[in-house]
Amino acid sequence: MSPIGRAVHRRFERGLRYTEQRLGGAPVYKYLLRYVFPDHWSFLLGEIALYSFLVLVATGIFLTLYYIPSAHEVTYHGAYPLLQGQQMSEAYRSVLDITFNVPAGLLIRQVHHWAADVFIASIVLHLVRIFFTGAYRKPRDINYYIGLTMLLLAILEGFAGYSLVDDLLSGMGLAIAYGVALSIPFIGGQLSALIWGGQFPGTDSFFSRLEIVHVLLIPAALATLIGAHLAIIMRQHHSQFPGPGRKERNVVGTPTWPAYALRSIGLLLAVAAVLFLIGGLIQINPIWQWGPYHPYLSENGAQPDWYIGWLIGALRLMPNFEPVVAGHTVLPNPFWGGALFPLVVFGVLYAWPALERRFTGDRRRHDLLDRPRDRPTRTAIGAAFLSWVVIIFAVGSTDRLFFRLHIPYTAMIHFWRGGVWVLPVIVFFITRSGARALKRSETHPLRGWQGTIVTRGPDGEPRILQTAENTTAPREPPAGTVPGHDHPEQKPTP
Amino acid sequence: MISAMRRLFMRWLTRPGWTPRWLRLGVALALASIVLVNLARAPASSGAAGSARQSSEQLASTIRSVTARAGPLKDEGGPPTTLPNAPAKSPEPPGPGNPTTTFPTSPQLVAQGMSLYENGCSSCHGTLLQGMHGVAPSLVGVGAGPVDFYLSTGRMPLDNPREEPQRSQPAYSRTDINALIAFITTTGGGPPAPAANPAQGSLATGFHQFVDHCAGCHQLVGRGGLVIGAYVPDLQSATALQVAEAVRMGPYLMPHFDATQINQHELDSLARYVLWTRHPSNNGGWGIYNIGPIPEGIVAWFMALAALVLVARLIGERMKTE
Amino acid sequence: MSDSPGGPSRSLLARALAILVTIGTAWRVLRRKPLGPEAPPASSREPGGGANDDPSERTVPGNRLAENLVAALLVLGAGCAFAFIAIYIVLQTNTQLLGLAMALALACLAAAAIIAGKLVVPQETSVEPRDRLLDESAAAEVVEIVEAGGEGISRRGLLTGASGLAGAAVLGAAAAPLASLGPPARSLHASPWRRGIRFVDDQGHVYAAADIQIASFYTALPEGGDADSLGAGLLVIRLPQSMIHLPADRRDWAPEGIMAFSKICPHAACAINLYRYPLDESTADDPPAFTCPCHYSTFTPGDGGRLVFGPAGRALPQLPVMIDSDGNLRAAGGFDEDIGPSWWSVRRT
Repeated sequence: MSPIGRAVHRRFERGLRYTEQRLGGAPVYKYLLRYVFPDHWSFLLGEIALYSFLVLVATGIFLTLYYIPSAHEVTYHGAYPLLQGQQMSEAYRSVLDITFNVPAGLLIRQVHHWAADVFIASIVLHLVRIFFTGAYRKPRDINYYIGLTMLLLAILEGFAGYSLVDDLLSGMGLAIAYGVALSIPFIGGQLSALIWGGQFPGTDSFFSRLEIVHVLLIPAALATLIGAHLAIIMRQHHSQFPGPGRKERNVVGTPTWPAYALRSIGLLLAVAAVLFLIGGLIQINPIWQWGPYHPYLSENGAQPDWYIGWLIGALRLMPNFEPVVAGHTVLPNPFWGGALFPLVVFGVLYAWPALERRFTGDRRRHDLLDRPRDRPTRTAIGAAFLSWVVIIFAVGSTDRLFFRLHIPYTAMIHFWRGGVWVLPVIVFFITRSGARALKRSETHPLRGWQGTIVTRGPDGEPRILQTAENTTAPREPPAGTVPGHDHPEQKPTP
Repeated sequence: MISAMRRLFMRWLTRPGWTPRWLRLGVALALASIVLVNLARAPASSGAAGSARQSSEQLASTIRSVTARAGPLKDEGGPPTTLPNAPAKSPEPPGPGNPTTTFPTSPQLVAQGMSLYENGCSSCHGTLLQGMHGVAPSLVGVGAGPVDFYLSTGRMPLDNPREEPQRSQPAYSRTDINALIAFITTTGGGPPAPAANPAQGSLATGFHQFVDHCAGCHQLVGRGGLVIGAYVPDLQSATALQVAEAVRMGPYLMPHFDATQINQHELDSLARYVLWTRHPSNNGGWGIYNIGPIPEGIVAWFMALAALVLVARLIGERMKTE
Repeated sequence: MSDSPGGPSRSLLARALAILVTIGTAWRVLRRKPLGPEAPPASSREPGGGANDDPSERTVPGNRLAENLVAALLVLGAGCAFAFIAIYIVLQTNTQLLGLAMALALACLAAAAIIAGKLVVPQETSVEPRDRLLDESAAAEVVEIVEAGGEGISRRGLLTGASGLAGAAVLGAAAAPLASLGPPARSLHASPWRRGIRFVDDQGHVYAAADIQIASFYTALPEGGDADSLGAGLLVIRLPQSMIHLPADRRDWAPEGIMAFSKICPHAACAINLYRYPLDESTADDPPAFTCPCHYSTFTPGDGGRLVFGPAGRALPQLPVMIDSDGNLRAAGGFDEDIGPSWWSVRRT
């Protein structure tokens, strides 16, 4: 061992002895160091979310030291010429100062905002993996509920975060949130008056309260839930895909130390690298180009961040249905798209493990995952539900696209009012038959060979030995059957 | 040839795979009907041209006498519309004491314009500039601004009068446009074209005015959008003169703004701001079209997350079978 | 301070290409068997295997090339990090260079960690048994311990019920002060417009009736009022009399054809900033209308703000206009309906 190596070894031993004499945690370290992680790449999606969260907290601490949560009106005399002399809130001005005056301020701001987008996107991708592989089944349904709650909190956190800036775009978003809050039956009026301190845009203390929610309340909740999420995973051990040597009662994979820890650290650094790269090179939320918010201003083409965008589609699609009973507006229109729709989506997601247990009668513990093709009905329902949400999302954000295609906006809305119900049904049937076909043929639709093996029988007539449908077809065509396709790893024909 | 195609089609339709046959047939029918519908939609042909030739002076006097009899611009007597007796949206004048844009004029230009007009415009706008009900507005009294605006942005001539005029390659050269302006203003009259000098405007005023009056339709950085009934164009190709003309006249469905509401300094500032939106201050890097969270979401999912999934694929393994 | 977008986007493309090439190369390197003289045997992928069901194994790469690569990447990463510090001190607010330097530093370190994790340190596949979660006897013991805590208590039901009641009541009492966070919902009916208040623009200039042209639109605010109050913003337009068809109780709300409406959409509180006015009746079938940019609710002022498309559940509230003796515009009263989005009592005052 080299001198540096010996010195490191001695230091480590002494450091460990120091903590052991005080904390006695060696058994825990042993457990953690030998804990086995499955190797499949899809298990890293949750880690991408976790590491984005760490970037968010780090950059968020920087921003919170400069942001001023006040709606008090000031006149701008700062570095950006287009806003000289304009009336704006102190909150907005503080963000302009971060952008133009604080060294690395715009970089940190952009990294923070990109990290929020990527954080929620990776949670959704992770949720998709969890759903389509059945990882939410007992005993992991508890963790699944925790994960869904984190998704909900992350969405609210992101919305609160970009609304703190008080620019024109996010101000319009807050106004719509006010409309949705008002639309809750019976209690909506009092609830909105509570949140905003009266009628929108509320009192001067609105931004300081919103800041506390964004900087303290939700991050603390998220951190606690992440801790619980990870602890439960370690208690139950990871699930795993079926494969050689993999059973319900074991976990096969790579132990934490040294390989997995290094790879995971590498992923953390890669997440940070990607976020800093786009944070520096690709502009996000250029609030100086939007200007400050006033309730009597708006712009065409205003959109929320993508994780709220699914709601704007529902709000735009809904016909002007607003039932009134005895002078009371029972269901104001924004309720359907802004409150009921997300309630239904999250409700179905939360209820799914129990629903599946009920309809399949399967109450056993599962630690081996399904490939999506192994459960065609579940995969099809998931795909249909996802397509329903995605179509509604697309309707809300592609108005410019349809106009380029010379389809009037009104016609598009009328079409999709029916289309959002019809298309998921079509997706269901396509997905289900696709999954069934994949399960039967055991070949990858894009990579596997989809041929038919024919031989000439003793009577001279062609006889079909194997097709993609009637047996397990080989991954490659048998040797000598396809000219120019000789593959070194091919198997002999059975 | 047909039988070969039919064989190919039947093979595609019947080969075993992972989409059901009924679905493939449905997709084929849907695609075929889309193609057929688009082929059948022929562009509207322009109406019959041809009218008696008159000298421009005779034409002008005819127009004046016609309008004098009929009173202010009124319906030509066609079927009733949703806007009975509604006056046309006439362009606002540049305002007293405000600079105007003058276009070159001469008797030769007027005559050239007259012949250009007969060939390219009179089929819809009428030989007497009177317009055609349900097809084209009257050009009497519009002045130089609208003519220059529509022609220099290529919005006119318009093949299908039911479609919204959109910016395209101008059909006429600058000289021809001047000729048409000369002819139409000489015979029809109207206010002079406005002018805007971006160098005399201030960006801060321009941005403030733009947010107040324009961003609601044109988007905060002039990237366009839509209203119910029309597509709102982006402004990155607009010149200062076109901005001034559009503001004062209100093309198509756009409202117009007179000199009391937007004075000359504010108009200069607006022009300056609109030109600025070609290269807005993208301190954060690539502006991704400056239209906000939609391209941002696309970058987050299909660039950042995609790159990270690639890294995850690099780190992890694929499923081991058998 | 402004960067032109042409430069950064072109160099961004070049950088993206470089990154893709790097990732592709790394991919191919890492997916192949490890390089170097002591190439370890392939992992358990022999076809026809199955006799040995234990997938654990451990391979020591001993890959000098990979180790050198890791070291080089670490040094390169350190260099980029120093570059970041230098750029921060010297250039301070150049977002692109700062981001690039930090990203490259992190990317080098990431690559170093991943290569180390896959090609340098021992690669091990191990098998770990899963714990049984439900331990019947331990669970039974827990139940016994808890129940033993209630030994000898006779009024179990009464105490449980009473503590439940007390807990709920105290929680309710703890939550009650939340209501002090906000005023009563009555304040939602408020609007700053009263009879006699003059119309001003956002610079404070008073609107005269003669200023209002046909086919234009104006934003008016209450003179002396809070411009940022929700009910403050007005849309003011003038329509030809032939286009105005107001209900009987609002006949005199549009003197000289000048009409005023709330600028706040009754759907979800966005400001209505789109006004379409057709050129003339020959080219457009659609009457003049306001459209809200958020969800495209469209209202026709000529019909008193009636909804013609979109999700809004109510018409656009209208404010009566009067022209005073100086020719200036004033409010002649309050709105015909509450402004702002609908809520439980919006149709009741």
